[in-house]
Amino acid sequence: MSLKSYVTPSFLIERNKERCIKCKVCVQQCANEVHRYDEEDDEIISEEHQCVNCQRCVTLCPTGALTIRKNPNELRQNSNWTAEAVRAIYIQAETGGILLTGMGNDRPYPVYWDNILLNASQVTNPSIDPLREPMELKTHLGRKPDSLSIKEGKLQKKLPPQLELELPIMFSAMSFGSISLNAIKSLAEAAKQEGTYFNTGEGGLHRDLYQYGENTIVQVASGRFGVHADYLQAGAAIEIKIGQGAKPGIGGHLPGEKVEREVSETRMIPEGTDAISPAPHHDIYSIEDLRQLIYSLKEATNYEKPVSVKIAAVHNVAAIASGIARAGADIIAIDGYRGGTGAAPLRIRDNVGIPIEFALAAVDTRLRQEAIRNQVSLVVGGSIRNSADIVKAIALGADAVYIASSALLALGCHMCQKCYTGKCNWGIATQDPQLAKRLNPELGAQRARNLLRAWKHEIQEMLGGMGINAIESLRGNRLMLRGIGLTEKELQILGIKNAGE
Amino acid sequence: MKRVYVREEYCAGCGLCQVHCITAHSEYKGDIIKAYKKSFPRPLARVIVEEKRPLSFSLQCRHCEEAECVKACITGAMQKDPATGIVINDTARCIGCWTCVLVCPYGAVRRDETLHKVAVKCDMCAEAGGVPLCVENCPNGALEYREER
Amino acid sequence: MEYCIIGNSAAAIGAVEGIRGVDKKGTMTIISDEPYQAYSRPLISYYLAGKVAEDKMYYRPNEFYKNMGVELLCGSGAGKLAVREKTVILRDGTKKRYDRLLIATGGKPFVPPIKGLEKENVHTFHKWDDVKSLAEELSAGCKAVIIGAGLIGVKAAEALLCLGVEVSIIELADRVLSSVLDEQAAAIAQQVMEEHGVKFVFGDTVTEVLGEGRVEGVSLKSGNKMECDMLIVAIGVVPNTDIVKGTGINVNRGIVVNERMETSVDGIYAAGDVAEGKNLLWAEQRVIPILPNAYKQGETAGVNMAGGNNSFTKGFAMNSLGFFDFKMTSAGMQGGEGYEEIYTLKAEEKFYRKLVIKDNRLMGFIALKNIDRTGILTGLIKDQVEITKFKEALLKIEPGFAEWPKELRKERMLS
Ligand SMILES: Cc1cc2nc3c(=O)[nH]c(=O)nc-3n(C[C@H](O)[C@H](O)[C@H](O)COP(=O)(O)OP(=O)(O)OC[C@H]3O[C@@H](n4cnc5c(N)ncnc54)[C@H](O)[C@@H]3O)c2cc1C
Ligand code: SF4
Ligand code: SF4
Ligand code: SF4
Ligand code: SF4
Repeated sequence: MSLKSYVTPSFLIERNKERCIKCKVCVQQCANEVHRYDEEDDEIISEEHQCVNCQRCVTLCPTGALTIRKNPNELRQNSNWTAEAVRAIYIQAETGGILLTGMGNDRPYPVYWDNILLNASQVTNPSIDPLREPMELKTHLGRKPDSLSIKEGKLQKKLPPQLELELPIMFSAMSFGSISLNAIKSLAEAAKQEGTYFNTGEGGLHRDLYQYGENTIVQVASGRFGVHADYLQAGAAIEIKIGQGAKPGIGGHLPGEKVEREVSETRMIPEGTDAISPAPHHDIYSIEDLRQLIYSLKEATNYEKPVSVKIAAVHNVAAIASGIARAGADIIAIDGYRGGTGAAPLRIRDNVGIPIEFALAAVDTRLRQEAIRNQVSLVVGGSIRNSADIVKAIALGADAVYIASSALLALGCHMCQKCYTGKCNWGIATQDPQLAKRLNPELGAQRARNLLRAWKHEIQEMLGGMGINAIESLRGNRLMLRGIGLTEKELQILGIKNAGE
Repeated sequence: MKRVYVREEYCAGCGLCQVHCITAHSEYKGDIIKAYKKSFPRPLARVIVEEKRPLSFSLQCRHCEEAECVKACITGAMQKDPATGIVINDTARCIGCWTCVLVCPYGAVRRDETLHKVAVKCDMCAEAGGVPLCVENCPNGALEYREER
Repeated sequence: MEYCIIGNSAAAIGAVEGIRGVDKKGTMTIISDEPYQAYSRPLISYYLAGKVAEDKMYYRPNEFYKNMGVELLCGSGAGKLAVREKTVILRDGTKKRYDRLLIATGGKPFVPPIKGLEKENVHTFHKWDDVKSLAEELSAGCKAVIIGAGLIGVKAAEALLCLGVEVSIIELADRVLSSVLDEQAAAIAQQVMEEHGVKFVFGDTVTEVLGEGRVEGVSLKSGNKMECDMLIVAIGVVPNTDIVKGTGINVNRGIVVNERMETSVDGIYAAGDVAEGKNLLWAEQRVIPILPNAYKQGETAGVNMAGGNNSFTKGFAMNSLGFFDFKMTSAGMQGGEGYEEIYTLKAEEKFYRKLVIKDNRLMGFIALKNIDRTGILTGLIKDQVEITKFKEALLKIEPGFAEWPKELRKERMLS
């Protein structure tokens, strides 16, 4: 006896027959095999059960014949037992498994960026036209000394190692395995061209990517996949991954099907075996342990590379960050609860962690209070959606931001949240060669570069509007921010005034 | 001369090159829907898409320097334009003996028997000029229009 | 430089284009004994069937001779060569001096000594005029006997069937198209032809043509007799080497040429159906009487005549033959002892594909019914590519490149 599925399709596909020319492009492109050609009737037919609304077919259909909508079929209205809640139960009753998902938290929690407004100069402090005047976005990440001693125009002591960014945006950690090599190549090339960095994630560094070493941050995560001496040497910085915003407190699990030859070689694990990253690093149970790892890595790389520690934004993130700074990290990366992922348990993604806006404000404030803010750079991520988010983040105290979801969107991701299935129709979150080749890294790099350049221009515009000509002058300058629609408490945590104040 | 080169590692196998090729060779240029629904006979795609998953690639006439089809054509319909290098079949003279099909080492000549028999093949969208439409419309940049390297 | 070409068909046109690629100035003369601009010889059967109009018969546009700077002497034709004087003496007595001469006199129908062949209504099937005179004598329902089930006999039969003529073919061999098809393929082809109404007599031949003045029938070696209103002799074509008799130019079956299309006499070249040249597949020199070969040899000769340097050694037999809607292509060798043969035969569908392989290289193929992309096979023969890794895939209805090793595919497809 097999269980009949009670799960009805989430989407409805409408094919405008007056437009459809039966070219079969949709049939060919849907890896979920939703469309098929019926020879007998000479018709293209869609069976929506498997449709994830990735819009691949819609986008490629040459005649614009397709529309995908939310399935209008509804359960009886119930504000408590929403269709989604019911559906989840059906699925689990059928599978007995944890619900999985991909990309970031999609719950309707407040997005605080949207409750923060930027300042602009009027009369008393002239604004600056970035087209006519220099506008500096260059950013250095790494420990800054407490004081500088300069003699005869020369620094007396060598500065700790710094990452130099042409703009305060980096590509966040996404491993080879969770995304395709073509996706990584796209980002690596864009990072190189635009003078910033991409991050290997915990997937190791594929041999084709060593050429991008100068623009690479190599990650060391709990599974230690692909970590070896050359790997550490290859990057410009090393990042210890403690946690990730989409699944704080949870390890990672790359199913064996995705561990094909290239992935297995890069991760240094047998082909076809599951790649399980433990929830904690089994050698880190305290700040002191973390310090040991930080210094082992520094030792291994001759103190030439800054070491970053990445954590998820959780309740007492400020205290944790302080500990990390004191453990010797040069950079702290904080990932908010809306951060993307290749795969996460749905309930964790949607219910664990805190907003990056609060975490950032709290950490920045705390480090200042403890007078150790100069010892670390702060990088924040977790759903940076546009250039305004970045400007606000920097004014709140960040040195730079990490982008992942926006970077993938630039490459063609359509936010279907099915990354964990490995069947990404856009060639991004997949290792299936048939799908991965749909992302031409040359075009991908061009798109990712365009995004960086567009945002760079916008950031310059906003800075100029505020009368600021260097991003340094905005850093932690919360006076440039005002809250709107926020409670007293929220304003207090964010450390900003209300609009009108 | 510039030719179309496929990069099979980026061919998505979607077949849009064929859709645009058909449209470009129909009486309704630039209007895919009409080209498919109204033109009779509907032209054949001059570009061939081969697929053996995960591999796929498209292929069209190479406009050979030493074009076998031109030399073999029994009617003289198949000619290489000395100015552009483009090999074009004069369909009014072609009688469909398929000698070109027999000799083209790329298998790039198609048989069109919908009205009278004629051999059809890529003409680099010479009529429209500019970049061939398959190249222009490949969604993944898998087709390049360039000089030989 | 004065160039002279005898004959005005594919090889001659190839030569003109070859010469003009190198030498834009030299004077060129073509001597022809047919009263037309170059036309497509293979089209004569289509012309007869009414499928090709007069103006579409020509192999090159009207302006061709003018644009190429060629003087075309259509008329009596060349009668003799005065090799020492470097002069061609036309049948009408005029003389034409040359610096370089190309003999492109093609083939002539082989006509065996049969009693009564001089009768009216006995035709060969080789020139435009042959089919024009044939056309005048035809009427629907009349009966034709064709001697020979080779390429020309079959094309003649097809044209006659189109015109409503009853066609019988008498063939000495045991099958149709024995020069291009093996037994299995021939059986299918024969079936197709019979379905269209052709009647065959195999293993027999005509010993006497019957009738008073006009053909009324034939009697066969077997003793049988057949009635008919016309007779077409299509036994084969032999190189038309008459012009070189007594000149000292080396002739075997055809005029012997080297890879540059040079004959044994300096300054004299030969190309096309009259020439016996090097080829790709056979050790000995051969006449390969097909149009692609004629054009290429002519072109090669032309380039060399004009002072360029070209060679052609890669010729081999190949044919694309249609019988109504049934399609056949073949190239190279038919196989036999010492050859590996792999094939797919679906007799009920009339599908046949055979590959002939030696030393892991394709030496020949036959394709019946589905012929699309078989040029890929021809190309593999021509370039003698190692096919071990993908030979089975070449049997597919439509061969392609997908099964090839990546490197080879890229090299072959994108170079
Ligand atoms: C009915 C038919 C169908 C054919 N179908 C095909 C086909 O489908 N595919 C294919 O590849 N091949 C085909 N062929 C063969 C093809 O036509 C020949 O291979 C090709 O025409 C050879 O060209 P050529 O220039 O060598 O000689 P030819 O075409 O034979 O031309 C030689 C010319 O020289 C002239 N000539 C001869 N002697 C003299 C002289 N002394 N003075 C002046 N002129 C002279 C002749 O009159 C003739 O015009 C076919 C042939 C025939 C007859
Ligand atoms: S891609 Fe569009 S036009 Fe083509 S078959 Fe699908 S719906 Fe029809
Ligand atoms: S899964 Fe994606 S490609 Fe498939 S039908 Fe749905 S939207 Fe289209
Ligand atoms: S990466 Fe691919 S699978 Fe993941 S959300 Fe984007 S389109 Fe969907
Ligand atoms: S049709 Fe074939 S032989 Fe002719 S030019 Fe094109 S690729 Fe070359």
